[in-house]
Amino acid sequence: MDDLKDLYQQMILDHNQNPQNFREMENATSKAEGHNPLCGDELTLFLHVENEMITDVSFLGSGCAISKASASIMTTLIKDKTISEAETLFEQFHSIITTGKSNGDMGKLAVLAGVYKFPSRVKCAVLSWHTMNNALHGNTNLTTTE
Amino acid sequence: MLEVKNIREDFPIFTERADNFVYLDSSATTLKPQTVIDAVADYYSKYSANVHRSIYSIGEKATAEYEGSRKKVADLINADYHSVIFTRGTTESINLVAYAWARKNLKPGDEILLTEMEHHSNIIPWQICSQETGAVLKHIPFDENGELELSQHEKLFTDKTKLVAIIHQSNVFGTINPVKDIIEMAKGVGAVTLIDAAQSVPHQKVDVQDLDCDFLAFSGHKMLGPTGVGVLYGKPEILEEMPPFMGGGEMIRTVSLNESTWNEIPWKFEAGTPNIAQAIGLGSAIDYINEIGLDKIHEHEQDILTYALEKMQKIPEVNIYGSADERGAVVSFNLDNIHPHDLSQLLDNDDIAIRAGHHCAQPIMKKLGVSATGRASFYLYNSKEDVDRLCESLVKTVKFMGS
Repeated sequence: MDDLKDLYQQMILDHNQNPQNFREMENATSKAEGHNPLCGDELTLFLHVENEMITDVSFLGSGCAISKASASIMTTLIKDKTISEAETLFEQFHSIITTGKSNGDMGKLAVLAGVYKFPSRVKCAVLSWHTMNNALHGNTNLTTTE
Repeated sequence: MLEVKNIREDFPIFTERADNFVYLDSSATTLKPQTVIDAVADYYSKYSANVHRSIYSIGEKATAEYEGSRKKVADLINADYHSVIFTRGTTESINLVAYAWARKNLKPGDEILLTEMEHHSNIIPWQICSQETGAVLKHIPFDENGELELSQHEKLFTDKTKLVAIIHQSNVFGTINPVKDIIEMAKGVGAVTLIDAAQSVPHQKVDVQDLDCDFLAFSGHKMLGPTGVGVLYGKPEILEEMPPFMGGGEMIRTVSLNESTWNEIPWKFEAGTPNIAQAIGLGSAIDYINEIGLDKIHEHEQDILTYALEKMQKIPEVNIYGSADERGAVVSFNLDNIHPHDLSQLLDNDDIAIRAGHHCAQPIMKKLGVSATGRASFYLYNSKEDVDRLCESLVKTVKFMGS
């Protein structure tokens, strides 16, 4: 049960119920699609980047609580950050999800550490981040977690 | 009702995990009784010789047991012994027909008639086959109850229809399709018929002579047997005409450097050393099922199904997919605003195993407008208490997720 509470922390449940930046973006400068074939999760990510700065980010799609909350938390973290800061966050996220360890600097990202103990759910958390990373680097091919 | 307590004692997983482990995923694969596990282990520990070629006592024993299993399968489905081919599972059985029968017999413009509720194993082989032969795929639609719409059958069954391949019992809705009527319609236009019986043979009496189908496929692991063994039944006169599926040892009569002649059926279709232990395990599973009685198992499951449907429908957040009159003990459902993967994860925490996903039936999910569903499926080792436990956890999940 403790592991389960780590997985479904209150912040994750809240973001699942009220996802942030869950909307289409008309004036997006880049857009990418992500798909998790195993569970059917689908996600479209919109970015508005000006002078190396992410001025707006949003997403749409359907998925489980972990996937939706991870995407929602991500949008709140990378908004008004530079591309290079977003890349650092992506690396921190990656480290948390693959090791289950976070340090004090990682802030909100730390709530995703519990996913590490559930290998079948790692893909759910990863989808939005990989899609964002592809969108940042102009790779608009479909991102899949396979 | 069956004495579930006694039955559960035959399945070591309940001792291994917990007495109250609730396993509701028998449509994916069933648990195994100790007798089946022992039958497989006995082969490896007491007579692990190859079949059909070993001139010594344990080889004779292996052949007798392996072929004895074939006889048990034949008796179970009321088939001729020579019409039962051992494969790796339903998927391989269907592929065998797609490769060995369809490629020889289908030409551009011919039609393969499937339904909209097929499992991927009865979709993909025909898509590949259609690309190679130029045959066209057609589909019998299903309605909001998850039942096939056969009112337009004259438009679907035509003189172009050469093969009708349909699922007997839906692994999503539980619907038991009227395969006998469909086979009749197929015969009316001279089409060959294949029944995907993976979900029906383990749960009800299936008689290939009564159905009069040309092919029938099912898996061992969905009927208490080991993984890696399945069956293709084929009418002997059709099997005789078919070229081999795979080439190798066992399936030949004589081999010279440039040409060979084939073994008689069914061995013509069993190239290489077969899955001996698994086939023997399947024979043991059939013994176990026969001892309890397929009719009793079916009745038991129907009782649980009725109870489960009643009880689940009382939970306001539960949405059930499929409401066919004739159905097996399979319930696909979702909880309002809760993804089935979250549901399955939370149920697992209460030691309840259900399936969550697209059930290898993405076209059904698309038509239902969902990405996935939860699914509870029942077998002889399930009880009404399992349904109670499921429903308690569903209510708990709704509360936990705060929807």
